[in-house]
Amino acid sequence: MKQLWLTARLDIVESLRARWFMIYTGVFGGIVALLFLFGLTESRVLGFIGLSRLLVTYIQLTMAILPIFVLITTVRSVAGDREAGVFEYLLSLPVSLGAWFWGKILGRYLVVFAPVFVAMLAAVGIAMVKGIEIPWDMFGYYTALLAAMAACFLGLGMLISAVARSTDMAQGAAFMTWLVLLLFLDLILLGVMIQGRVAPEIAVGVALVNPLQVFRTAALALFDPQLIVLGPAAFVILDTFGVLGYKLFAIAYPTLLGLLAAGLGYFIFRRGDLP
Amino acid sequence: MIRCENLSKSFRRARVLDGINLDIALGERIALIGSNGAGKTTLIRCLLGEYVHDGLVTIDGRSPRQERTKVLGAIGFVPQLPPPLKMPVGQLIEFSASLSGADPRQIDAIAGRLGLAVDDIRARPFIKLSGGMKQKLLIAIALGRDAKLLIMDEPAANLDPEARKIFFDLLAERQESATMIISSHRIDEVAALVNRVIEMDLGKVVLDDKVADDVSLSGRFACRLVARRADAALAKALTAWQFTADTAGLVWQGEVAGPDRLRFIGMISRYVALISDLNLAEILGADEAAALQGGRAKDALLAVADGETVQ
Repeated sequence: MKQLWLTARLDIVESLRARWFMIYTGVFGGIVALLFLFGLTESRVLGFIGLSRLLVTYIQLTMAILPIFVLITTVRSVAGDREAGVFEYLLSLPVSLGAWFWGKILGRYLVVFAPVFVAMLAAVGIAMVKGIEIPWDMFGYYTALLAAMAACFLGLGMLISAVARSTDMAQGAAFMTWLVLLLFLDLILLGVMIQGRVAPEIAVGVALVNPLQVFRTAALALFDPQLIVLGPAAFVILDTFGVLGYKLFAIAYPTLLGLLAAGLGYFIFRRGDLP
Repeated sequence: MIRCENLSKSFRRARVLDGINLDIALGERIALIGSNGAGKTTLIRCLLGEYVHDGLVTIDGRSPRQERTKVLGAIGFVPQLPPPLKMPVGQLIEFSASLSGADPRQIDAIAGRLGLAVDDIRARPFIKLSGGMKQKLLIAIALGRDAKLLIMDEPAANLDPEARKIFFDLLAERQESATMIISSHRIDEVAALVNRVIEMDLGKVVLDDKVADDVSLSGRFACRLVARRADAALAKALTAWQFTADTAGLVWQGEVAGPDRLRFIGMISRYVALISDLNLAEILGADEAAALQGGRAKDALLAVADGETVQ
């Protein structure tokens, strides 16, 4: 356990000094600042106003940015460290492979999640100062959703890093993963459904395997509980899960997917060449 | 202590290690030499448990892959290229000391002996240090713990002559209690440090030989050199070796570490046309001098007994 914490701390310190982290933090801090600056709390959409309106926009933007950011920065730094000889040196020290791999994930998870969460906390802080009502339920659920999203894509990133032997390969694979998830979000699924070659249940099922779609639907469900904007797909989702069931699924499934991917990554990592 | 049995390693179709068999005992100082691509780094990585391989590697009867924390706890490693770590020097020391159960003050002390004041650079990112400073710190981390096996990849390449001298002293202090593997692609860099040479080529051991060297790792040579004329390039080179000159800049004097004498002679050979006199004499300790004196007296007595004239 000591080795795990030491490795986690090491990864946190390395990340805090990395340029990607500064950009990453700047992006999420900047989003919140801009949303306040443009008076988003005063505007209204689908009946949402105040901090709820801001959080709805924030989570939509985060869903667009966080997955690709986490995937690319994770594979870049892990595969880059391996190529640059960081693994060769640090893994010559008496640290177990389990403590190293999971410690790295733990440290990186904190680094990836903290800026997103702190930006939301800052939004809440500003809202409190301005006397805007805080939707605590929404804040809590969005926090859990972001935590699940970070875990999911970090796990996928670590799996790609374990498989790919070079930074270029890892970056390419990470980008392709994100692109495939993005395509199955709408384009391919819509095409499949329009052609009518598969049952809607299957198309919806494929969409629900896609963590990006799961987050998107969960975020929608918060301000559109009947998922009217999804059209007929909403019936399949709500009949299968129910509103609360789906909200829980949207947190549990991506987290589990991330853990499984990380577990598979660890299995590959410990069986292969380390540097 | 180290046993490799039929050790082989391939990357895709390229066979980088091809059936290596080695037995290395405690206290041996090995020069692992060979040209680029000979398999030295791959062999080192197999010893560190970083590569999966065919055949068997054990250190003190343990597999470095299966029992890595136990095995690596007794290994000090200095890589050829310092890793680009962004963490502060203080944290690197703390991290490595915590993992290997060493006292960080011991690492600080060894770095200090090498001429690196850790307190001045504790908060500085490791990556921002100069090449020599990084090398000194990595050596200090490797030697600052109770390592029974020291694996060093061109460890003295970035060190100045003074630091090299101290580095050899540090190795001399460990020569009875530790096995050393020093990798280099040039034998003259490491010849004087070792008592066994293993040369690799195309993944095979092509030479495995003992080296006879009567000069200890901590030995010193007093050097006196006379130049035909004052020369700026020669002066710069000798100053780097901590030599001092007379007022005319013609007579130079200084000390050369025993294991570094080959390197020194290599350096000085570049200025051979400028040198009119060169003297290199081993500095003996009191015990060694007495032993030598005793040996000479014995020779004299034997000579008298044989009826020879002794002066």
